[in-house]
Amino acid sequence: MGSSITTDFIHGAPPPPGDTFGGGGEPGGRGAHRRASITGLMVLLAASVMFFAAFTSAFFVRRGMSNDWVDTPVPGILWINTAVLLGSSLLIELARRALRSGERARFNRYWTGATILGAAFLAGQYAAWQQLHAAGFYLATNPSSSFFFLLTCVHAVHLAGGISALGYIEVQALLLRLGPGKRTAIDVSAYFWHFLDAVWIYLMALFIFWG
Amino acid sequence: MASPVAHAAHHAPTSFIRRYIFSLDHKVIGIQYYFLAVFSVFLGMVLSVLMRFHMVYPDAKVSLFEKLWPTGAPGGIMTPELYLSLMTMHGTIMVFFVLTTAPQSGFGNYFLPIQIGAEDMAFPVLNMMSFWTTFLALLVMVAAFFVSGGAPLAGWTAYPPLSAVGPLSGPGEGMGQTLWIISIAIFCGASLMGAINFIATLIDLRAQGMSLMRLPLTCWTWFVTAILGLLGFAVLLAAGVLLLLDRMAGTSFFLPAGLVVNDQILNHKGGSPLLWQHLFWFFGHPEVYIAILPGMGVASQLLSTFSRKPIFGYRAMVYAILGIGFLGFFVWGHHMFMSGMNPYSAFAFSVLTMSIGVPSAIKTFNWIGTLWGGRIQFTTAMLFALGFVSLFVTGGISGIFLGQPALDLYFHDTYFVVGHFHMIMGVAAIFGMFAGTFYWFPKATGKFMNETLGKIHFYLTFIGVYAIFTPMHFLGINGNPRRYADFTNFDFLGKLLPVHTFMTHAAIFTMVVQFIFLFNLFWSIKKGKPAPANPWNSTTLEWSIPSPPPFDNFAGKHPVVNHGPYEYSVPGAAKDYIMQTDPA
Repeated sequence: MGSSITTDFIHGAPPPPGDTFGGGGEPGGRGAHRRASITGLMVLLAASVMFFAAFTSAFFVRRGMSNDWVDTPVPGILWINTAVLLGSSLLIELARRALRSGERARFNRYWTGATILGAAFLAGQYAAWQQLHAAGFYLATNPSSSFFFLLTCVHAVHLAGGISALGYIEVQALLLRLGPGKRTAIDVSAYFWHFLDAVWIYLMALFIFWG
Repeated sequence: MASPVAHAAHHAPTSFIRRYIFSLDHKVIGIQYYFLAVFSVFLGMVLSVLMRFHMVYPDAKVSLFEKLWPTGAPGGIMTPELYLSLMTMHGTIMVFFVLTTAPQSGFGNYFLPIQIGAEDMAFPVLNMMSFWTTFLALLVMVAAFFVSGGAPLAGWTAYPPLSAVGPLSGPGEGMGQTLWIISIAIFCGASLMGAINFIATLIDLRAQGMSLMRLPLTCWTWFVTAILGLLGFAVLLAAGVLLLLDRMAGTSFFLPAGLVVNDQILNHKGGSPLLWQHLFWFFGHPEVYIAILPGMGVASQLLSTFSRKPIFGYRAMVYAILGIGFLGFFVWGHHMFMSGMNPYSAFAFSVLTMSIGVPSAIKTFNWIGTLWGGRIQFTTAMLFALGFVSLFVTGGISGIFLGQPALDLYFHDTYFVVGHFHMIMGVAAIFGMFAGTFYWFPKATGKFMNETLGKIHFYLTFIGVYAIFTPMHFLGINGNPRRYADFTNFDFLGKLLPVHTFMTHAAIFTMVVQFIFLFNLFWSIKKGKPAPANPWNSTTLEWSIPSPPPFDNFAGKHPVVNHGPYEYSVPGAAKDYIMQTDPA
């Protein structure tokens, strides 16, 4: 992405009168790059919302369509996993706060904790799948279990992407490479992680109330 | 002109691989997409001519067919299954790898950053990944021809149960159909990456003074197309995952109970093929606008430039683009009138479908308004833009018929639909690409394409496509079903066979004519007449820089925009055009 992070930009002619939208104004500057990164993330989240919305729509259509739907029991470990995931988000926020006040060591501790909790969530999800298998629920057992495995798996794939982002920041932090340019990467990773919390809570509601 | 404040220009990478293969430069990536689409369009075109040949000469023995498809054409005679696989691959390759790829990812990648005054796309690495992922998707798709059983039969819409039950249902429904789904899933990923780049670039990397209402209409169409792709492909990806699970993992999302295929009862229950149709067409209808919107942008840009007049009703054009994009998400049900639908739902979908006629008519009238009283320059690029308008109107009007449930019940499975969508989605969009090619070729290469060859190509293609697709409407009105491999055994179709023969000859003629374009393209790259930086006296930012553009587009300077995109023949101005970067 090198070419868009360039040296300072000195403003040219002022924007024309009545130009309320402005146009960039700082196309080559770091500000533009940061804005573009955050816009890019929001766009990605919009696509992700549509992806889950499509599955949800299929979920309700399929549920209302026939009498072969047997609710899948929600494994108890999912409550622990939920707490773990929310805990990791909390640590990420504490880490960002530490970074803002210049406490790099504290940032590293919190961020590492968040990454470990993220990995723990994935391990917990795997344990939940094992519990369901032991109880006789597999992907193709009935439409409810199909959706349960599918949605948790799709969420886990998103989460694995999130963990790679957290891991990247982690490595940069340990190598003392968290310059101002990396703040955007930190913010973008954090927003994405919180989004995955929201998706998970949504999925939990889906499983609990509509099974 | 560009701001005098400059910083060191970026230098292009010197290694061959970084410069031409895994390039991060949006211009190279745009050209890569363009040539991927050129390869695909010729492949798709050959498949279509093979289909048309078989329809008219179903008993012809062609030894080449047997060599290419030993089981699909035993003795050189094409089987109906092979015909269906050609149809599926023609539709898929054309829709995904041509109509989605060239107008948006090809031209958009090359020109969107330059037209808004940016050095590159917002995320160049993502951009490169997006191209190579598309390339991978094409490889996987083409591989379907070569696996056991051959290419899939289920059409570009891949309706279950046929697409979901596996090799039991036909030769291409084994590995071929699986590869089809995987390829489309990969393509969805690539399109999402592309959409993220287009949207972020347009929102955040515009040059100073490039307000939204100063954007060239091409940029507006690329932007709205990116939004459609973003929302549509995410849903298609989800549908593809469900279909793959039904095929590979024994789930029953789309497969109902008690399905018997080739005397075998399948172990699925409770699913619904209609669910696939809803998910597919939620993507599928916006896909039509993904194909056509960039063509509308190019037509607007060219009609204004070559009429030497501002575009008529710029704001109305922008709102029409937004309106078409928005309404495009609420009309998917009109593809499913025949599938069984509550009449009230059908009525709602019908009314919404008709309402798209309003922004479409706004655009058409504004194009005509732009031409009205203009000093029209009939360059090849302009001829293709005019051809685009003609085809858009022709294809759009037949859409009004199909949007009405009562008429659609009759027309749906006939050639009327084939004529309609080829006119509006196929050839109109391709005319947009030809127009864009002739218009921007001098910018990308510093040379002109040959105008004489271009005009010969235009007139012959224009006549050719009307000769192929107009008769389809009459065939449809006469009840000629679509998707049939052979009409010779049906008495009621006997009198229509001469029409089919005419269309087949027209298709072969039009295919041959396309080689004029291909020759012109490659010949002009080598030997075209040198072109100045702004050969058409255009106003947008790409014409303010040398041809071909420097690696970072503006050579380290940041352009400042002071004018709208279509300021032609301004009273009192020294020239008949004012560039966007001219002083206020």
